[in-house]
Amino acid sequence: MKIGVYLCECGGNISKVIDLDTVNKFVGTKDSIGVARIHSNMCSGAGQKLIIDDIKKLGLDKIVVAACSPQFHEKTFRVAMEKAGLNPYVLEIVNFREHCSWPLKKQPKIATEKAKNLVNIGIEKVRLDYPLEKKMFKMENRVLVIGAGIAGIQASLDLADAGKDVTLVEKEASIGGKMALLSKTFPTEDCAACILSPKMADVEANPKIKLYTNTTITKTSGHRLHFDIEAEINPRFIIPKIDMDQCLSCKKCEEICPVSVPNEWEQGIMDRKAIYTPAALAIPFKYLIDKENCLHFKDDSCNKCAEICPQNAIDFTQKVEKLKFTVDNVIVATGFDLIDPNLKPVFGYDRYKNVVTGMEMERIVDHINENPPPREVGNKVAFIQCVGSRDKQIGNEYCSRVCCMYATKLASLLKMERPETDIYIFYTDIRAYGKGFEEYYKRAQEMGIKYIRGKVAEINEDPDTNNLVLKAEDTLSRKIIETEFDLVVLSTGLQLSKSSDTIIDSLKLSKSSDGFIKEAHLKYRPVDTLIEGVFVAGTAQGPKDIPDTVAQASASAARVIGTLAKEEFEIDPILAFVEENKCDGCKKCLPSCPKNAFQMNDKNKAVVDEALCVGCGACISSCPQDAIDLRGYSNSQIIASVEAALEFKEKDEYRVILFADDAATYRLADIVGVRKMFYDYNIYIIRVPSGSRITPKLMTHTFIKGADAIMIGDNVKKSSAFPWSKKMTLENIEVVNEKIKKSGIDGERIFYSEFSSGMLQEFITIANETVKTVKKYSKITKEKLNKLKEIF
Amino acid sequence: MPKKFIIDKKSVDFFKKISELSGEIITLCDQCGTCSAGCPVIEEMDITPSQMMRMVMLGDEDVMESKTMWLCATCNTCTVRCPRELDVSKVAEALRQVKLRQSMDKLNIDKIPKEELAELPQIALVAAFRKLTS
Amino acid sequence: MKIPYYPGCTLKSTAKHFENSAIESAKKLGIEFVELPRWNCCGVVASLADDDIMHHLAPVRNMIRVLEMNRDGLVENEKRLLTLCSMCFNTLKRSNQRVKEKIDDLETLNDFMYKEEIDYDGSVKIIHFLEILQEMGFDEVKKSVTKSLKNLKVAPYYGCMLLRPKEVGIDDAERPTIFEDFISSLSAKPVDWHNKSKCCGSFLTVNNKDVVVELGYDILTNAQKSGADIIVTTCPLCAFNLDNRQKNIKKKYPEFKEIPVVYFTQLMALAFGLSKEVTGFDGNYIDPIKLLESKNIKV
Repeated sequence: MKIGVYLCECGGNISKVIDLDTVNKFVGTKDSIGVARIHSNMCSGAGQKLIIDDIKKLGLDKIVVAACSPQFHEKTFRVAMEKAGLNPYVLEIVNFREHCSWPLKKQPKIATEKAKNLVNIGIEKVRLDYPLEKKMFKMENRVLVIGAGIAGIQASLDLADAGKDVTLVEKEASIGGKMALLSKTFPTEDCAACILSPKMADVEANPKIKLYTNTTITKTSGHRLHFDIEAEINPRFIIPKIDMDQCLSCKKCEEICPVSVPNEWEQGIMDRKAIYTPAALAIPFKYLIDKENCLHFKDDSCNKCAEICPQNAIDFTQKVEKLKFTVDNVIVATGFDLIDPNLKPVFGYDRYKNVVTGMEMERIVDHINENPPPREVGNKVAFIQCVGSRDKQIGNEYCSRVCCMYATKLASLLKMERPETDIYIFYTDIRAYGKGFEEYYKRAQEMGIKYIRGKVAEINEDPDTNNLVLKAEDTLSRKIIETEFDLVVLSTGLQLSKSSDTIIDSLKLSKSSDGFIKEAHLKYRPVDTLIEGVFVAGTAQGPKDIPDTVAQASASAARVIGTLAKEEFEIDPILAFVEENKCDGCKKCLPSCPKNAFQMNDKNKAVVDEALCVGCGACISSCPQDAIDLRGYSNSQIIASVEAALEFKEKDEYRVILFADDAATYRLADIVGVRKMFYDYNIYIIRVPSGSRITPKLMTHTFIKGADAIMIGDNVKKSSAFPWSKKMTLENIEVVNEKIKKSGIDGERIFYSEFSSGMLQEFITIANETVKTVKKYSKITKEKLNKLKEIF
Repeated sequence: MPKKFIIDKKSVDFFKKISELSGEIITLCDQCGTCSAGCPVIEEMDITPSQMMRMVMLGDEDVMESKTMWLCATCNTCTVRCPRELDVSKVAEALRQVKLRQSMDKLNIDKIPKEELAELPQIALVAAFRKLTS
Repeated sequence: MKIPYYPGCTLKSTAKHFENSAIESAKKLGIEFVELPRWNCCGVVASLADDDIMHHLAPVRNMIRVLEMNRDGLVENEKRLLTLCSMCFNTLKRSNQRVKEKIDDLETLNDFMYKEEIDYDGSVKIIHFLEILQEMGFDEVKKSVTKSLKNLKVAPYYGCMLLRPKEVGIDDAERPTIFEDFISSLSAKPVDWHNKSKCCGSFLTVNNKDVVVELGYDILTNAQKSGADIIVTTCPLCAFNLDNRQKNIKKKYPEFKEIPVVYFTQLMALAFGLSKEVTGFDGNYIDPIKLLESKNIKV
């Protein structure tokens, strides 16, 4: 073995505080050092060339660079090593600057001593490093779009244009989602069906899009950019199943069917038969039988449709068809449900026929010119805004964004068709923020629609007249409005569709506090989710109108196209692995991994699925045989690092080992260093992927090697890639605390904290307080340590 | 006749006092009017409950001269409906307490005829004394 | 079952007939009301000022009595305090919640009441009689019914204090059903009407009678229009405002037709076939007996 050690002056930032000559001399005393050099700027072209030349000429097989924090140049040096033909993973960066020369700039002697210990850690760790291979996964062109509303439709068309193979799955019998239910759209009053239908037709005809309707996703599994999907196609009971041309939509069955039920597409204002097409403009335009209400299924008492069908296209025996396929990326466009108006019983939706929802009003207005229309509106109509939204009493504090405008639209459409109707909109705020919105709102007022600023408190029925009486305060005139209305429209808000829950569970997505699907970052990653390869579009991510939905759908399609353009996906090799000969098949590791990365192979040995493993290290403490380890942060490496940190500790000195998680605590310590803020130098930071990496065994070893206390730092839960770490780490700590007590060691010796990048002062306080506290305890004697060894 | 109102230290102090005494975050009131619309005694009031909230937020001490806070029976209809979960009855109580703690009683028991007092149940008298006297 | 019972002032004086009907009906269901020794006025209505500790003294003293009852064996392991009057229920429960929330205030109260033998620890639970019945199961109540009330259309008047605020309420504030279930279990027919929890005006009956008259008129006429024969309340103050004040309503609205108002336990005593003395209908202002007899219900 030949280790190359490079001490960087960092343009004076390091060398002005740390005496690098002393450190260099120390390095010379270690085993297997091939070369030890001091250089002014290791990250420069010259510095890198130095490493490359040394590797080639001196046959170095391991590298240590003592310089700034690894977050800056770890990648740079890895690339240099690759150029020299050496595996990039036999590298250790020692943090001389952020963790030593900067915080200790006023104490150069102490800094130099600490630097010796730090480089000791680096050398002992790299001694146990070995070459690791990068993992590459091949991707293809397959995309799943869940939900065929306007978002799913737009995304599918964009993806098909880019040459992707799209599988579009819709749970209803017809595509188009909620937009298809609208009469006209604001602010242009375009007919919703007119702008939607061409796109729906395109989707059906597009050779790159495989459309499945009446289909629900039942299971998803697989790794990051590779998803195995299972779905179920619910039978329509009309044959044939694949090529449905046998049914010619002649309507004879519909006419003869004796069952009439409320038409859910028409929001119940009209009826349909048990054999029906989902909508007048349904795509696919195919019939289906409603199994719940069809008499044949209920009690075998009717066969009329089958008897009258001239094509013999009715088949009651059809079964659920199972579907299995694999895709590389997923777009979730599962849309919204309206908030249930029964959550606000003060409005009497369940009791009064003339209290309707906004969506019902869409259908009423759409049919208002028929002779006769299915529902009349009367002379006085009231709209109530913010029903179910902005309401802490029912737990929905968010604003549903579209209701101000859709009420204005419905009022305007109604006013145009029925000019004599007196229309009032009861609001708390009118949110007309979009392009053309304010003008549209003004036009509504111009048409004579009256906006009253006051939330309706209750609706009651006058027992004498059976008319609806509505009570609200007009907060602008301070009068209490108590008046009869013929029709009351509840502008109900939006919530995430219930059917999204199974998708969220199986893809391991999360919800934001408003109950919609959580995006990766609200501002600059609004269509990504925290699961790689899964994107979200449309109202599933949050309430929005059609233009925003279409924009977001195209955005998610663009993200997919960009991701798949790479063709190959690289995975960091810092992963867990199982030593097969140590594994006894007890399966304890399987439930320990929050990413479900463990499986048993046919030899009944545990195996890590490398595409799922995120390298957190939580599994390691679950194996009673110590068969699991983590590449790049192995047990032996951590023990060697701890040993090296404590090797030169004097009897009267105190040393605390801080196991810092890479994403948060380590970075925070860097920031503290950048600000040149001082904290107790007796704290030695060892980088780990997460707190849960530190098993009880490792903690015990740390004490046995001479640590006075252990600190473990994790990322705060809400920002963490490993949110399970806190619970697991605390469990591990409890195990060790028990043993520590039994061995007679006094005081609290293990400290766990959660950090985020802003917590500079907290870091310093906790660090200093910990050392102060530990100094008050009695020293850990050899006898106590021996007892600890025994107990463990 | 629109009235002029100047927001000065006195009014801010008044706002702070009522906020503390009621324990409610008055600035959360978005003036939606739900409280007023559901209030059973609204027809007797000179200012509406939401108007009372607005005057407190501005720190307008004229609110103390209104009938409204004395008419509040603490029925809590407003409380269970406020979309911001504010308790308007607590604000009315705070306003009453400002007067009552200065011994400015609203109820003068001598003014009530003896025959009426005789038939009133105890509970009515206790509650009236609690809410309307110091 | 033996349960600590807090009567409150009015049920012991002007509304004694309500209390009687309750105690005897409860006995039929195997519930014994053990009156709280040395109970004091609950101090209705609950004090709402955020800094007020003093007005919570009276309620907390009553809760200490419950702890004493347990200590002295008057009840066994029973920390629930039963109330019959909704206003007492509301006042005691709100005070209880308040002192449990602000532990420092509870400490101050305990310190102040240093002469008390036990400190209050927040372990008492305030309940209303209707809650006990619901817990027991209204089917049990049904079993004790000997007189059918099936021709009687009863409007349940919840009032404010049983349902609001949400932390105190025994049922959903907007769509409660517990009172209707109770009425059904007595074989009578509950009426659905929208003023069932509209405030009766409470203490305004002392200094602002006119308001109470208006409210009473609105509430009672709505009940009548919804088909009610009789109205049932759970609070002696509501009973006064809706019953006795009918004479004031009649003065202002001569066309107003009277409607009897009874206490919920009176209805229970009636359905359980208890005697005239127990049901105590001659204590009510508007005579219910005539109405009941017209429905073939013998008192």
